[in-house]
Parts: sequence; C-alpha cells; structure tokens
Amino acid sequence: MNNKEFQIVVLAKQVPDTHNVGKDAMKEDGTINRAALPAIFNPDDLKALEMALACKDALKNIMDVKVSVITMGPSRAADIVRESIFRGADNGFVVSDKRFAGSDTLATSYALSAAVKKLGHIDIVFSGRQAIDGDTAQVGPQVAEKLNIPQVTYAEELVSLTENEIVIKRRLDRGVETVKAKFPVLVTVHGNANDCRPRHAARLLTYKKACSVSEIQSTDNGLQSTDIVSLWEKKPYLKIEEWTADDINPDFDRLGLNGSPTKVKSIENVVLTSKENKKINNSESEINDLMKELITAHII
Amino acid sequence: MNNILVFCEITEEQQVAEVSLELCSKARKLADRLGSRLDAIVIGNDIKNIEEQLFPFGVDSVFYVNDPRLSFYQTLPFFSTITKLIQEETPDIVLFGATAVGRDLAPRIASYLRCGLTADCTNLEIGDHTDAKTKTVYKDILYQIRPAFGGNIIATIVSPETRPQMATVREGVMKKEIYNENHKGVVRVLKTEDYINDNDFCIEILNRQIEAQKVNIKGAPIIVAGGYGMGSKENFALLHELAEVIGGEVGATRAAVDAGFTEIERQIGQTGVTVRPKLYIACGISGAVQHRAGMDQSAKIISINTDPNAPINSIADYTIIGDAMDIVPKMIKSYKNNML
Repeated sequence: MNNKEFQIVVLAKQVPDTHNVGKDAMKEDGTINRAALPAIFNPDDLKALEMALACKDALKNIMDVKVSVITMGPSRAADIVRESIFRGADNGFVVSDKRFAGSDTLATSYALSAAVKKLGHIDIVFSGRQAIDGDTAQVGPQVAEKLNIPQVTYAEELVSLTENEIVIKRRLDRGVETVKAKFPVLVTVHGNANDCRPRHAARLLTYKKACSVSEIQSTDNGLQSTDIVSLWEKKPYLKIEEWTADDINPDFDRLGLNGSPTKVKSIENVVLTSKENKKINNSESEINDLMKELITAHII
Repeated sequence: MNNILVFCEITEEQQVAEVSLELCSKARKLADRLGSRLDAIVIGNDIKNIEEQLFPFGVDSVFYVNDPRLSFYQTLPFFSTITKLIQEETPDIVLFGATAVGRDLAPRIASYLRCGLTADCTNLEIGDHTDAKTKTVYKDILYQIRPAFGGNIIATIVSPETRPQMATVREGVMKKEIYNENHKGVVRVLKTEDYINDNDFCIEILNRQIEAQKVNIKGAPIIVAGGYGMGSKENFALLHELAEVIGGEVGATRAAVDAGFTEIERQIGQTGVTVRPKLYIACGISGAVQHRAGMDQSAKIISINTDPNAPINSIADYTIIGDAMDIVPKMIKSYKNNML
C-alpha cells in the first residue's frame, strides 16, 4: 500500500428544483414562489459524485483514496454532505457565511477554490457541468483557473485511471473526445455520465444522525442539542464540519457582492398563465397572437 | 480602446462557425452604436479564406494564430492566447458562442481577468446604468439579457466596473446578416510562441469521434411532436418544417413510430425518452398516459387536435381544435412574419 493518500474533492450544490415548477409553486400573479420549490442535489453534481466514487473504486486496491465533498450554501446544505456520505463519500464540508450572499460565478468560484485549498494536496476536483438554477457551467472552469490547474469539461465516462493519470471521454457538441490528463486536474461531469449509486444501507445506518452545529442550533429540527454533543464525543464522524468565510482565509473584497462584477440591473417575470387551459381558435389572427406571446416570453 | 472582440470558433469542417458569424453580425451593430472597431480572433491550423469568411460581416481586424498543434480546440493554449490578447488590446466587450468550446473557454478567461461573464444571453444591447446605491452613472455599457431560474424570469445583467464585459450567446439566437460584401479589414498574424507556452499542451487528446448532426430530442428546448393522428410519414415533414423554423426538434408517440411515420430515436414516453423542453407542441396526439409520462414536465404545452376531448388537452396550456395540417402552416407563417 502506497503511503500517499489520493485526494478527490467533489464540489456539489443544493439547488431549487426549477425543472419541476408545479402548480403549487405558482403564485396567483403567475410568478414563481421560490420557497415552494424543493431543494435537491444538483443532478450533474450527483453524477460528479459517482465519477469520484468510481475513481476511488479503481484505485482503492493500490492506495488510500479519500473522497471529500464541499458544498457552499445555507446551513441546510448539510443535506448534500449527508447524502454524499450515505452514497460513499468519506467526509464533507459546508461552506456557509452571510458574507457569501450575492456571489456571482466569479465570487463563488473564488470562495470554493479557497475552500479546496484549505484541504491541502488535491489530485482531482470533480464538479457537475452546471447547476439547474443558473445553467451557466462557469464555476467549474473558474475554480480550475483559480487553482491554476488544467480542466477537462463535460466528462461522460471514466475510461481508465492509474495513480498517475486519468483518461476521460468527454462530450463535445457533435461527438466525443478522449483525453488523458495528469494530476492535479479539475473535471466537470456531463449529465450523460453514469447515475450515482444509491445510498448504501450500512452507511445510512452509521451516518443517519450526522449533522452540523448550525443544524442543532436551529430549533425546529427535532434534535436535542445536548444529546448530539455527547454523541459527537463518542462518534466524531457524525459531526459535519462547517466553514465560515474566516476559515477559508480569503481576501474579503473578493467575496459576495463586492467580489461579483456582474450585477442584476432588472428582472422581468415571465408570467405563466399556464395549467389553466386556454382555447385558441383555429384562425390566423388567434394563432398569430399565440406565436407573438411565445416570442415575447422568449420561449421561441 | 473601446473595441469589441469576437472569438471565432472553427468547426470540424475548418470553417468559421455559424454562431461566430451570428455574433459578428450582432457585434457590428453594437460597434456602430459605440463608434468602435470590431475585432475577431481565429485560432487554428491553416484556416483558409479567413478574409472572405469574416470581412463581409463587418469585422475590421482579425487576429490569427496559426499552429499545427491547434487543429483541435484545447483549453489552455486558447486561454493563454486570448487572455494575453485581451490584455494587449483592452477591448470593452468580448463575445463567445455558447458552445461546448465557448462555455469551456470563456469562464476560465473571465476568472483570470476577474471580469464579469454572462452565459447564454438571448439579447445584447448598449445602454446606460445608474448604480442604485452610489448613483454613479455608467455610460454605454453592455446589457446582457438572459432567461434565469429555469426560464421563469428574464434578467438584464451588467458588469459596469470591470473590463472587458463578457458574454456567451447560443447558436441561432442572433441573426446572421451580411454587413457589407465589400467591407475590408486586416488580418494580423500573431506569433504562437509569444502567446502559448509548451506546458499549455499538458492534456493529451487520444481520440476524437465526430458524428454527423443527429437527433437530440432530449436536449431540445422546443419539441414539435406528432402522433398517430398525423396520418402519414409525408405529413410529418410539416412538423420538421415547423421545428426547423422555430429552432426545435421533432418527437413522436409510440403509435406514430410503430406506424412508420418517423424514427424510433424520436419516440417520447414511457418506452422512449423523457423530455422536459420549454415548449412542447403536440400535434395529432391524443395523450395516452404512457406518452404523457415522457412529456408532462414540459414548461409549456400546446395541443393541436381535432378531438376537443383528447386527454392531452387537460395538461395543455393552450389547445387549438383543428387539423394540424391546417394549423401548423399558420404557425410557421406567423413566426416568419414576426421574426424575419
């Protein structure tokens, strides 16, 4: 067994389920009630977790491999860490601070890269290609730049892995390309990649009570804080670590709104008059009105 | 300088990509509005006829990097070249196609330069911006307009304080138009060694398999789907025409596929693929539960059916009662009148 531990980090995000905007998430004026959308594990990030775990499987007989998950968001993002651990990740960190509020992709990637640096030596960073609440696909390449490491985007398949290099099949607009990279490298994972393995029953039992400090501080989660603290003394692996901005040692000017060059100038709601069926007469003028409505709403 | 720079992507066929020409067309208008120069950068291996391909779209100068190692896109050599060129030329605005290449490259550049980047813009305009807090007025900056939050809002984004202002735009969003057949610019060849470091080639391409354009209904933002009610393979051609015009793909029910109206790759439903496009236009589809399972998460559904009681109507946002063969041509005509 090699002494060096192979370090893999997965960047994962908790997102509102924007692809499932149902009736109950719709306000009367046709706008979206964001609070009514469930928070989910960003789908591409779950595939990134799978690729990380597959890397661990491929190397674990020749060396120690550790898969850590980093998620940035409010304290409830500890869900992402728990879910990852149930499925096979070794540990996870919630990066959470009001000073991150208003971060665009540049400030987000800065904070995430600072968090990755805190872990020390890293061989591979995985992230999903993009998050469904923004669809920008920017954070992966930006973290790679901030860490000053190469990037391989849109990974669809892990072809092979040794302790020195990784071979990945990546999706292009019109085909696939197989590339070989040395470490360290950042890989963003495409939605075509393998689905994540399910929760592991034994891990679920072991880690069911894992939680973070701010989770036990919030009163409505049914956990008794004194019980949890004594539990942590016996089973320290049940404590999900939280990092604030101070913990990642950043240049504070590069965080949150201050560190975000893009500003939202204005927002226009796309009013969905939907799910209430509208009858259109088969006439040129009514069809023309419908088409104009779709064009104005940027749907076509 | 307050010039605009467009990254011109080279296709597998060694031509400037359509999306890049569309961007040049839009950028020319923005440049005219600003009274500035339009620059383009082309990186590749022995690209022919750059002048003929780009000058008619109003490009004033093309920066060209020619290197046998650059036949295929690779992140780091392209990143090094463009960041250095931006630092030398200090453009006000830099635009990229929102392709696999553009979405890999632009964020890395924006990160290095610490400037703003807005992905997948659906429109770009020039205007003024007043900061809500400081009341500082920024003149003639780039409005980067894009849908956000799963398409439920349209946001106008600005990056008032950092330069360049960067954006990506998807293919087909901007209109490609010749600016002037006789417009003349200059090509400036850049020396590779001044821009690219050997270490930039650290990721090795082992193999590439490029496919002819094929059906991709899963990723299509708009789907025009036909059912058994379309009647024949010939009638399906009309659905292809509508899909082509509005930028969508054609899907089908199992019954239509079984009847031989179209290919099995297009089958949507429990036994086909599941789709959730922004717009689903169901033509001659009754709406069996097996089909609905594959499409009921679509953001908007239009049902076109002769049967007012077809089950599909109950999940549709809009219902048009009538024959698709009669209604679809009206939609095509209307779209063309409104957009072209």
